Amino acid sequence: MTRSSRRLVSFVAAATVATTLAACGGDDSGGGGEGGSEGNEASDVGITEDTIKLGAHYPLTGVAAPGYSEIPTGVEAYFDFVNANGGVNGRQIEFVYRDDAYNPTNTSQVVNQLVLEDEVFAIMSGLGTPTHNAVTDFLNSEGVPDLFVSSGSRLWDDVEEKPYTFGWQPDYEIEGKIIGQYVAENFPDAKVGLFLQGDDFGEDGSAGARQYLEDQIVAEETYVPGNTDVRPQISALQAAGADLVLGFNVPSYTALSQLTALQLGYDPQWFYSNVGSDPELVGSLLARFSEGAVSDASLLDGVLTTEYIPTVDAPDNPWIELWNRVWDESGLEGELTNYRAYGMSQAYTMVQALQAAGQNPTRDDLVAAVEQAGSEWEGPGFAPFRYSEDRHAGYSGMLVSRIVGAGSEELTPVLVTDNGDAEIEESDAEPATPPENGIPDEEPIN
Amino acid sequence: MSDLQTPASPAGAGAASSDAPSTATAAANASSAQATGGRSLLPRNTLLRHLVVLVICAVGAVLLLESTDLGFNAQVGYVAFYAIAAGGLTVLTGLNGQISLGHGALMAVGGYTTALLLDADEPLPLIVIFLAAVALTSLVGAIVGVAAARLHGPYLAGATLALAVGLPGLALYYNEFLGGEQGLTVSTPDRPDWFTEIIRTLSGGSPSGVKWIAYISVACLLITYFLLANLMRSRVGRTWRAVRDQEVAAELAGINLGTWRVTAFIVSAAAAGLAGAVLALVVRLTAPTAFTIVLSLSLLTAIVIGGLGSLLGALIGSVLLVFLPRLLRDAGESLDMDAAQAAEISYVVYGVILVVVMLFAPAGLVGSIRLAWLKARARRAGARARG
Repeated sequence: MTRSSRRLVSFVAAATVATTLAACGGDDSGGGGEGGSEGNEASDVGITEDTIKLGAHYPLTGVAAPGYSEIPTGVEAYFDFVNANGGVNGRQIEFVYRDDAYNPTNTSQVVNQLVLEDEVFAIMSGLGTPTHNAVTDFLNSEGVPDLFVSSGSRLWDDVEEKPYTFGWQPDYEIEGKIIGQYVAENFPDAKVGLFLQGDDFGEDGSAGARQYLEDQIVAEETYVPGNTDVRPQISALQAAGADLVLGFNVPSYTALSQLTALQLGYDPQWFYSNVGSDPELVGSLLARFSEGAVSDASLLDGVLTTEYIPTVDAPDNPWIELWNRVWDESGLEGELTNYRAYGMSQAYTMVQALQAAGQNPTRDDLVAAVEQAGSEWEGPGFAPFRYSEDRHAGYSGMLVSRIVGAGSEELTPVLVTDNGDAEIEESDAEPATPPENGIPDEEPIN
Repeated sequence: MSDLQTPASPAGAGAASSDAPSTATAAANASSAQATGGRSLLPRNTLLRHLVVLVICAVGAVLLLESTDLGFNAQVGYVAFYAIAAGGLTVLTGLNGQISLGHGALMAVGGYTTALLLDADEPLPLIVIFLAAVALTSLVGAIVGVAAARLHGPYLAGATLALAVGLPGLALYYNEFLGGEQGLTVSTPDRPDWFTEIIRTLSGGSPSGVKWIAYISVACLLITYFLLANLMRSRVGRTWRAVRDQEVAAELAGINLGTWRVTAFIVSAAAAGLAGAVLALVVRLTAPTAFTIVLSLSLLTAIVIGGLGSLLGALIGSVLLVFLPRLLRDAGESLDMDAAQAAEISYVVYGVILVVVMLFAPAGLVGSIRLAWLKARARRAGARARG
């Protein structure tokens, strides 16, 4: 009931926006800003009558740059799209992002600069656990909203200590649980090996999976990021007789583990977490690491993984259609990739948050908007967000899929759960479709 | 006048194994001649002279911090920790001729010590924590120094490189205690009331945590440079130079090479420890990714580009390290590049600038200016003698 009525509201609102746009479409020469900014005030740092400034940090150079450096172009493309259609409450979004080379010292330096010199209204989509961890204290002590961190660490869901910080993607523990349950149900006789990154990513994932697989696990191997020789780990998994390997690792280690297993003649069923399974990126890494001996992602054929937002291998998905349209209109170089789709999905949530924060929001309004309305937002994500006044955790679930050729097939419905011993349930929410004009339309919370 | 001989024939007798640093630092060494030149307004006594400079710099620093915005204040903290570590490395490489690729790891020792001690329920006073960080890092420095004293050139570089690669791995191994990959967050110590009062009277503004940390960083920098400057001009500094330039002669003069090399390592490790402590406060996090070999190389870059053997050079090098990539990036962005291209280009241009400086000013920025000045003076003196 609520959903359909809300849909009606959004339809009417979308129609209104469209008519308004059509009405002021005549003067592209700059009058649009004035028309839209009626009643707009410079309500807080980073907000003027006709602009909102947002900041972000990403590894644009260095080891973590492949793939991840594409995220901000996706965010930017979507904001350009929104701006071209009148912005948020008549304000144009300015998105400033800077390189931290995945080094926390640089992250703190560039975020200092974004907050103190560029005077952004909020930070969004900051990427990486150790890197972003360096700035959450600062952002919270300065009262800067720190939305939608690009990492599945549970560090961002800490309302007491970090009231301004919010996660976005499903955290690694619930991902581990969903993977664990799927394996326990579908491969009850498998001897399971764990291949883990030696940080909270591997730890949380392992903790989640162990809730369902404790008896099946025969080996747990950890790699240290930066050490590219994974032969000891892979041979240990082989020696332990693991015939199904769960990998909580980043894309470069997916490629390394595949190549090493190929050399060792080891052929278990692989199951990589969402983070490490982008076929396109892993394919290009495979080609690079093997110096051309392996030319594409065909090694990944049949590998299991998880998904929580639509990916580019489903061109008929209405969200991917929208992202393709946005990307084409942006005029930016390159193609739509899963990393750009990820950035656009985050940007979509950000626009929802800005709309819900009201016409002249303060930083605290923005935080309140996510807490009060966030769990109701419909967007590209398969499962709802877990936001509330007590929780700052992102998406509550995902589905299990199998990589087939360049695409993937869904193996389960969307499964939702929460941290700790919360049950895993099938999501009863229908997948949302994007609004006609591609821009969300949320009611202000006050 | 014997000081002036060195720059006049930079290749020198060149007997020692470390030609490159001796050429590059010759100019820096000559600055004691500058003091005896007699035209300076500063007192002749070294300690007194450095005290006067310290006070002038302190006043300058306060003026700088109060006349600039918080964003700049924050950047000053980054310059400070690079400069403290680079100052220590100047003693080791510039004065004593030892190369270290492991100073980033020594900074990690100071940083983690600070993070752990600040994490206590009732943390010790900050000054005690800093001294503890310095003491522990000195101890590590002593151990490395003893091993390093027997090594030369590339072998020493290799040994210290192992330190840079190995030490951050400890944080991953002792995951529970040292926070693993995601590191230890550093809780900022509260700023005391007297500080708030002073800033209110100075500039009328209310001081934020950023400003408090900027002041701590600058204070640490000034104290470190004051101590190092005195040490460099003392008998200890002369001995280090003797060990660097003329090993055999120094040994014949009764100098124990090993002992003096170890001392140099300890002093520079102490500075690195303090730098790590300041880094922990400024960055608010100690994580292994912050202390990679890149950090050690950045420090070497700073002292080489600034001018080996000169503290001013180390400071200038650190300023460039913090501000140059940023200026280049902004320049790139103003040329309509996207952020990723600008970031990539800024590293390329940065590298090119380094190469150009090395080609045209092999004694570093400060060293080259001093050399030019000394040459001009020698010419004038020569002209006077003839006339």
